[in-house]
Amino acid sequence: MIHIHDLSKTYNGVTVLKIEELNIPKGEAFGLVGNNGAGKTTLFSALLDLIRPTTGYIQNGEVKVNESEAWKSHTASFIDESFLIGYLTAEEYFYFIGELRGQNKADVDALLAGFADFFNDEILGKRKYLRDLSKGNQKKVGIVATLIGNPDVIILDEPFANLDPTTQFRLKGIIKKLAQDTDITVLVSSHDLIHVTEVCERIVVLEKGSVVRDIRTSEATLKELETYFSKEDTVAENV
Amino acid sequence: MIKHFLNLEWKSFFRSAAFQTNIILKIFMALGALYFIGIFSMAGVGAYFGLEKAGLEPLQTVNRFLIYYLVVDLLIKYFLQKMPVVNIKPLLIIPFKKSKIVDFALGKTMVSFFNCIHAFFFIPFSVVLLIKGYDPLHVITWHIGILAMIYINNFINVFLNDALALVVGFATVIAAFGALQYYEVFDVTPYIGAYFQGLYDYVWLFIIPVVVVVIFYKVAHSFFLRRLYLDAGLATKAQMASTENLDWLDRFGKTASFLKNDIKLIKRNKRSRTTLIMSVVFLFYGLLFFSGGIESYDNPFMKIFAGIFVSGGFMFSFGQFVPSWDSSYYPLMMTQNIKYQEYLKSKWMLVVIATAISTVLGAFYLYFGWEAYAAILVGGIFNMGVNGHVVLLGGAYIKTPIDLTSNKKAFGDSSSFNVKTLLITVPKLLLPIALYALGHFTLGPVLGYALVALAGLAGFAFRDFMFKKIESVYKAEKYKTIAAYKQKN
Repeated sequence: MIHIHDLSKTYNGVTVLKIEELNIPKGEAFGLVGNNGAGKTTLFSALLDLIRPTTGYIQNGEVKVNESEAWKSHTASFIDESFLIGYLTAEEYFYFIGELRGQNKADVDALLAGFADFFNDEILGKRKYLRDLSKGNQKKVGIVATLIGNPDVIILDEPFANLDPTTQFRLKGIIKKLAQDTDITVLVSSHDLIHVTEVCERIVVLEKGSVVRDIRTSEATLKELETYFSKEDTVAENV
Repeated sequence: MIKHFLNLEWKSFFRSAAFQTNIILKIFMALGALYFIGIFSMAGVGAYFGLEKAGLEPLQTVNRFLIYYLVVDLLIKYFLQKMPVVNIKPLLIIPFKKSKIVDFALGKTMVSFFNCIHAFFFIPFSVVLLIKGYDPLHVITWHIGILAMIYINNFINVFLNDALALVVGFATVIAAFGALQYYEVFDVTPYIGAYFQGLYDYVWLFIIPVVVVVIFYKVAHSFFLRRLYLDAGLATKAQMASTENLDWLDRFGKTASFLKNDIKLIKRNKRSRTTLIMSVVFLFYGLLFFSGGIESYDNPFMKIFAGIFVSGGFMFSFGQFVPSWDSSYYPLMMTQNIKYQEYLKSKWMLVVIATAISTVLGAFYLYFGWEAYAAILVGGIFNMGVNGHVVLLGGAYIKTPIDLTSNKKAFGDSSSFNVKTLLITVPKLLLPIALYALGHFTLGPVLGYALVALAGLAGFAFRDFMFKKIESVYKAEKYKTIAAYKQKN
């Protein structure tokens, strides 16, 4: 579904992202982990054509993202609060996204009905603009909005951050369900190794912009990741 | 302690994103400041001699009209000056005395440009008074009294902060008095003027405004000290959300989703609401030209100029900043299933609809003869046909994020001012004037108007072609725009 070829991004001579080849097949639940500055958000931004790669290209479906806009119709994403429109209420925001994705109000309402638990009665019908919601509730709105209109590719940057424990469990349930669907490709980045190993079939570790691990998730994966990240600490101390 | 505050101020000024952009901008900012200083100083000196020449007693005349001066000052302060609330938050948990923080915040409002600028009027004026042999003691007490009045305004503004209704009501009352005076029904100025004259006549009278200022300061101080908590004075007010049904817009097809959004954007954000007020102000701007009040404005070319502004108020205040209005969620717009052209078309539509409404509302200029309205009508057509596109094109180069909730900088956002936008502004105004001149000097005004209107209609005809061009510019600028919008002040 997604094909990354010879991708690199350089800012003022500093390379922040360098991936020779990475393929994400259709239906995969793909997890991206790495420390701050490893290039996770840069990769996602390049994937969404929000930054221009220095070299290489990314293909989403059949098209290169920086050459055609055709990928937009089957891709949904939530990176940060700049994907929310602050002066709309949650309903208005969902309907707006729905309209852009060819869904009428009834379709959107039907989808939202399934997330009553997730919203915990704090989002819908509250007569509050999105800018006045808490960070966690804003995130819930952004995540659910990506599910409108049955996209084939869903990209979520740090979806677990800022959420309360109950919501984190519920979100895991939601992502697992998406992962089981063989038509939907899910890309998730996270700092939480436990969550990400639980929901993703495959985990890629980025460090300083390069892929350093590419793991098929198994029983041993969490242990492997924990050793990897704690070892890195000791290396850093020695240096 | 004060040293720390000043140090922070210094850094926040010189490190602000707007200031660091480029050297040309800095020069323009400096020139702008010098311009205002020059205007005020000249007015200060000129007021005396001008009034004397007109056979009026300068000081008394100034005193009579001071009330209007002060009201305008208050309005300007209300719309432009803000309490520096945001900068206070990080200081709360640092060992600063809270009382000092309030002192500093209030002190900061006192030394702001909006107060200092008046010194450039009143000091030269007072100096002229002294030279002309007015009594020095009386001049000084009058001067102190007026200064105190300016600071009373400053603190009224501090208290008003969000009471728009009150300000509008107050302004309306004063405007009504102004109208009554203009039509010679009732002149209120001798009564209020007597007070300002009193500041000169009675040496002791200045104590009253000075005491009022001191009291205001104390009240403001305790008011803010009590409210120096995140959930009180420093809270950003959460508005009760209003929902509205804009389904009637659906007839515009795909662009309707954006139109609905833009209407909500304008209604629900302070900054964009100001643009509506500005459009109304622009609607009356033409009065300066058509009433023949100002001599240098009274010629046919300036009338076309006025026509462009009267019908294009919304275009200049809102359209100019497309797509910056969407800056806070631009990445969303760029990743959603949106065709650039639809997005641009919706913005264009909004500008055209608003221009059409302004043009219709401008019909009251018929009072000044058909030629006045003809200028506005053809100006409107030109705005819709040509300038609507030019504004969008210019928008591609304005990469200043707009903070929707803040009202500051609504007038002439200096940081959005760069050479490219300046170049793009020129055809908006000069092209119609040139076209008119061409007609005016060959066959007369009617041909002039016809040429301007034709240019506008031609713009409509080439709409699709124009959109293709604009779209490619937006696409080329896309990454730079996204990166620029990420930078917050």
